[in-house]
Amino acid sequence: MGKFWVIFVASISILLPFLCNSFSPETPTDRRVLVLLDDFAVKSSHSSYFNSLKLRGFDLDFKLADDPKIALQRYGQYLYDALILFCPSVERFGGSVDVAAIINFVDSGHDLIIAADVNASDLIREVATECGVDFDEDPSAMVIDHTGYAVSETEGDHTLIASDDYIKSDVIIGSKKIEAPVLFQGIGHSLNPVNSLVLKVLSASPSAYSANPLSKLSTPPLLTGSAISLVSVVQARNNARILITGSLSMFSNRFFRSGVQKSGSSTKYEKSGNEQFLTELSKWIFHERGHLKAVNVKHHKVGETDEPALYRINDELEYSVEIYEWSGTSWEPYVTDDVQVQFYMMSPYVLKTLSNDKKGLYSASFKVPDVYGVFQFKVEYQKLGYTSLSLSKQIPVRPYRHNEYERFIPTAYPYYGAAFSTMAGFFIFSFVHLYNK
Amino acid sequence: MATMPASASDLLKSFKLKTKQQELLIRVSILCLVYILAFITRLFSVLRYESMIHEFDPYFNYRTTLYLTENGFYDFWNWFDYESWYPLGRIVGGTLYPGLMVTAVLIYRILRFLRFAVHIREVCVLTAPFFASNTTLVAYFFGKEIWDSGAGLVAAILIAICPGYISRSVAGSYDNEGVAIFALLFTFYVFVKAVNTGSLAWSLASAFGYFYMVSAWGGYVFIINLIPLYVLVLLITGRYSMRLYVAYNCMYILGMLLAMQIRFVGFQHVQSGEHMAVMGVFFLMQVFYFLDWVKHMLSDTKLFQAFLRITVTCAVAVGGIALGLGMVSGYISPWTGRFYSLLDPTYAKDHIPIIASVSEHQPTAWSSFMFDFHILLFLFPAGLYFCFKRLSDATIFIVMYGLTSMYFAGVMVRLILVATPAVCLISAIAVSATVKNLTVLLRSKNKVVQTGSTKGSGGSKSSSKALLDQSQPFQKNGAIALLFGAFYLLSRYATHCTWVTSEAYSSPSIVLAARGAHGNRVIFDDYREAYFWLRQNTPQDAKVMSWWDYGYQITAMGNRTVIVDNNTWNNTHIATVGRAMSSYEDEAIEIIRSLDVDYVLVVFGGVTGYSSDDINKFLWMVRIGGGVFPVIKEPDYLVNGEYRVDKGAAPKMLNCLMYKLCYYRFGEMLTEYGKPPGYDRARGVEIGNKDVKLEHLEEAFTTSNWIVRIYRVKPPNNRCPHNVETPVVTHLGDVFPNGSNIHGQSGTCNPQNLGVCLDLLGLVDVNLGNAPTKPCCSLIEGLVDLEGAVCLCTAVRANVLGIHINLSISLSLLLRNCERKVATEYICGP
Repeated sequence: MGKFWVIFVASISILLPFLCNSFSPETPTDRRVLVLLDDFAVKSSHSSYFNSLKLRGFDLDFKLADDPKIALQRYGQYLYDALILFCPSVERFGGSVDVAAIINFVDSGHDLIIAADVNASDLIREVATECGVDFDEDPSAMVIDHTGYAVSETEGDHTLIASDDYIKSDVIIGSKKIEAPVLFQGIGHSLNPVNSLVLKVLSASPSAYSANPLSKLSTPPLLTGSAISLVSVVQARNNARILITGSLSMFSNRFFRSGVQKSGSSTKYEKSGNEQFLTELSKWIFHERGHLKAVNVKHHKVGETDEPALYRINDELEYSVEIYEWSGTSWEPYVTDDVQVQFYMMSPYVLKTLSNDKKGLYSASFKVPDVYGVFQFKVEYQKLGYTSLSLSKQIPVRPYRHNEYERFIPTAYPYYGAAFSTMAGFFIFSFVHLYNK
Repeated sequence: MATMPASASDLLKSFKLKTKQQELLIRVSILCLVYILAFITRLFSVLRYESMIHEFDPYFNYRTTLYLTENGFYDFWNWFDYESWYPLGRIVGGTLYPGLMVTAVLIYRILRFLRFAVHIREVCVLTAPFFASNTTLVAYFFGKEIWDSGAGLVAAILIAICPGYISRSVAGSYDNEGVAIFALLFTFYVFVKAVNTGSLAWSLASAFGYFYMVSAWGGYVFIINLIPLYVLVLLITGRYSMRLYVAYNCMYILGMLLAMQIRFVGFQHVQSGEHMAVMGVFFLMQVFYFLDWVKHMLSDTKLFQAFLRITVTCAVAVGGIALGLGMVSGYISPWTGRFYSLLDPTYAKDHIPIIASVSEHQPTAWSSFMFDFHILLFLFPAGLYFCFKRLSDATIFIVMYGLTSMYFAGVMVRLILVATPAVCLISAIAVSATVKNLTVLLRSKNKVVQTGSTKGSGGSKSSSKALLDQSQPFQKNGAIALLFGAFYLLSRYATHCTWVTSEAYSSPSIVLAARGAHGNRVIFDDYREAYFWLRQNTPQDAKVMSWWDYGYQITAMGNRTVIVDNNTWNNTHIATVGRAMSSYEDEAIEIIRSLDVDYVLVVFGGVTGYSSDDINKFLWMVRIGGGVFPVIKEPDYLVNGEYRVDKGAAPKMLNCLMYKLCYYRFGEMLTEYGKPPGYDRARGVEIGNKDVKLEHLEEAFTTSNWIVRIYRVKPPNNRCPHNVETPVVTHLGDVFPNGSNIHGQSGTCNPQNLGVCLDLLGLVDVNLGNAPTKPCCSLIEGLVDLEGAVCLCTAVRANVLGIHINLSISLSLLLRNCERKVATEYICGP
């Protein structure tokens, strides 16, 4: 029997890495990616992008969007860790996939890349809306920029835009500066103003607007200026990451290789910034960067090691948490100086910046406030581009017990004296009164 | 053989008791029977339902008792309970009267020591009946003390079955009052005994009785005010005596020192306004004693008169100054709201909705006097007459006790309980005196017929009286008729009491019973079903929000943390819950999240017709919520001052959280044959909003009869706009966070969010005419013009930021800037 167990456990432990090579909290980088296309031609026309993903170890599964056999999950298990929708014109997905399925896929922690294009279908728009962005309602509208367009041989209609208005975050687009502007041709979108989770990664210039380039402008365009987002990302509350853009062609080999010169600028770049920009962005989307985890939340009284069930007011305590960042292959210590802990009951009573030891261990020590109640240790770490950490641990704080106060207070000695002298005096008085005739 | 019968007859003779012994035997056996009767009549509830704890407060008492048995006294004394009043917690040891729990545990320990394997719950269930039995004994001795043993016996019988007392002492009613009435009557009895005898031992006993009372119930304030009042009356009527001096001083000083040992009372006993009377009378006593001494020393009357005047003036002046200084310096706290509401029945209604909201704090209806006292209500004045006829220190006491407690009983329903012993005693005097007079009449008549063959048994007084009355005709018949009348009344009383006990006061209110269509008994056990569901199916640290009535039950039976409970010490916290319940779901969810609530529990009687549910209590939530948060206004929930839930109900009512939670999925339900779906049986109307949709909450559990419904708070949407990080402002006077975090729901008026508007309004320089109104306009975006104005007005009236602005100008300016057309100058309604 015991032998059997040993074999079983051993086989499990050997198999475990294979069983678990999908997305998991321990290795958050995605592995299996489903790519849905309108047309298999995209597979070759956008091969540079796909190859860069494959080179990084992703397992891409190309399917036509209306393939009746596509399925995101089987027997309650998701078959993929991420989904790339390069199918802007699909009206209906094949198989069991629909908007709700895609949204559920995201809500269970998986990543999504959506590339729309001119004449994007309602389906794609709907998915985008669910994620917090709204594409221009006019189906034939494109983003036009008469000052920020990319110079090309023909004058054109200025729908090929060269933009370099990136989000200022090294985590999202990488620490290496993107020199060349990014080429974009497609529809613009706006962000839902009440959605705080969606971020504009690549913004249109103030002079851009969204309209049909073929017709004359009769009414003022709905989307104008830098309110137009060209590329946006969403980090959902469960840390699923979503990339939304209105241009499928910006992923194409043609745009990757093409040179770029922004109008009004004399610099001509040999190669557009698209490859660098989108590759770096995909690293973020697929959790190779900016993914944090917090483990080993501990707290104890100063001088002790065990975690108490509750604290007393005015106790000195130490709080510590370890925070690591996923580098794509391993967990590295996350080093920063802006992680704060709150000792919270309806409002923070203590707010303290945690100090770290450069090995991922963050700690702080403070005194429990002179207030009893049910407190929480809260770490709310929300930094642009990083996984939002929201740790809370409940801990009651009790008042003093009846025998934890000082027994004798120096200032009360007169009262003690008064009490005892009265007692003595009463005794003497009674004695005298009773026996002195 | 011959000796045997002789010895037997001797034996019989020796068994034959003398008249006095016979009387004693009868008296003791009556008392024993009454003792048992008092106990068993309170067992109806166990018979009808089961051995269980009743109502709301007893569940807390039971939970604490359990803690006391498990953890011992010191842990109990220092118990910090973090399951109630989340996140504030409650120092249980310092905020309760431990008398009841300690008593129960003591009984439990004794039984255990005697090898009776009882569960603590059984002890708790039977504590109140046991103490009710003891009260009958005290009533007997008290009656004997103030009148005679006959009155004592009658008093014991009356109090044993009086519904006014039974209402709080049936088996399972494990509440403070159960033991407190015993303690109250005992203290009074011993104090009267002390006054009558002037014995130090008795006054010491009364001090300890008082201590027990203080440890058991907040109603001790009644004792500590009645006794000085009584003493004052004695002083005024010239009945000052050394006996009184000894009894009062000893009782007060020792009682005070003992009472201060109870943590919940502590220094209140010497500092709070309610306890000042007793202290004042104490000093007055000393002045009296001093004057007595001076009078004794000075033989000159004139000189003494002058001295008296000066002393009394000085004493009153000093007392007044001391009281004034104490009040000003804050050493003496003013009277509490509860005390005020006792003296002025309308006070609570105007100032403290939380007190007024409790049904047992309502002024008493005549019918409930009749219900609880029955014939005692008529016997009481008769008894007063007898007391006045034979005034003594003791009868003065019982008269004062009767009159004051009757007044309080009129102010608050629950205080009928305090009046009951006095009413029983005084009525007993009436019954006893009447019956005695009548029987004396009957007997003396016989005696007269037998021409004085037996003399002296009735006593010289009665026989002489009988001789005097001899001249009246039909006296005997009249007396017999009256006696029969009296017995008839008393038997009616007994029937009534039994009926009331079995029908009205034995319901545990946690298990409901109703008559089915065929007259059979239907039991609704929904409360326990829900609480056990909570216990079994929710995480250990889940927080449950409900109206405060159910707090104790949830912690005791569901073992889950609650936000508010029946210990209503923190009005703001309760008001926050009230506000959440009476807000729209979007606003409520922020409050709910800020309190870390996981489950929301509501009680709903629409299916069963159970009328004391949350919808019927809802206006109190609005009132209490509105008392702290002016954004909640009662008129918003009423239509022409009328509270309705049908189609004609106020829009806010139809969409507030409480309505939604109660009527969720109810619109599709058929409750009664021949009625449309969604027919609310508790209110007898078809509900107005049948299509209830919940956004942030989801139904987790609904009991089989829909009485308790539990909702789970959904986590914030994974991709959705709701910004939970914005802490909701739950304290009055707090400044709202800056406008960037605030977002209005388009199309709804959200006065709270308009706080940002007001901020702007305050900053508007009217002369310049251009206001930075952009963020504000977006807030009233979805509203039509007039609604926008009304909404702003609401916000202004709520005055969330506490700024005062030139309303009409700024408002029209703002609306104009938002390109809203408002007819000339819109003026906010009152």
